[in-house]
Amino acid sequence: MSIAVALLLIIGSLFGLLGAVGVVRMPDLFTRLQASTKAGTLGVGFIMIASAMHFADVGTVVRSLLVILFLFLTAPVAAHIIARAAYSVKVPIWDRTDIDELRLAREGDRHADPSERAGLKRGEHHEATD
Amino acid sequence: MNGEHDAILSFALAASMIIIVTAVGLATLRLLRGPTLPDRVVALDLIGTIAVGAIAVYAITEHKPVYLNVSMVLALLMFIGTVAFAYYMHKGAAAPDERKEDRS
Repeated sequence: MSIAVALLLIIGSLFGLLGAVGVVRMPDLFTRLQASTKAGTLGVGFIMIASAMHFADVGTVVRSLLVILFLFLTAPVAAHIIARAAYSVKVPIWDRTDIDELRLAREGDRHADPSERAGLKRGEHHEATD
Repeated sequence: MNGEHDAILSFALAASMIIIVTAVGLATLRLLRGPTLPDRVVALDLIGTIAVGAIAVYAITEHKPVYLNVSMVLALLMFIGTVAFAYYMHKGAAAPDERKEDRS
């Protein structure tokens, strides 16, 4: 039993470390968001299962499962909202990004030719008003 | 239940705490360095998520399941904080145009 708890703890914290390494190493806000939200949530899920197995009583198991439920409900929503807001404030996208579906959807059905890809780098911000 | 953990579990607790602290350190690096505000928000969100796990590890270490309440509340509050940041960023994106209209 304690071997399983130990294994789950190590796996969970390694996933958390993986998410942090991704946040540091990824080239772009949106790819960083993938690393942090998926790996971090999975790691905390493993740790919560470990705590539920260690204190094996009803209240603790329910609370651990509730934490997992909250995280799995809120993490994708939070990531989506951050990505949406970041896109609307024109955060620079990685210059090797292949496809920007939101931009294509906003431009209608017009097929973006590869020469337009340079325009995908939307690094320029609003010029200062004063 | 106030007994000691056996050797494997206490080693795993110490190791996972060290790994978690390393992860928080890396995320703090991104929080300090992140070129834009959303990068910092992502790093802060990751720190909060890892803190939920760290509190659970601490609860196992101390034999106190009461601490799981803390991580439950933290998991909820983190979401509200992130949504508030995103709302603020949306407002900030809308602001420059409004200011231009006001000035003319």
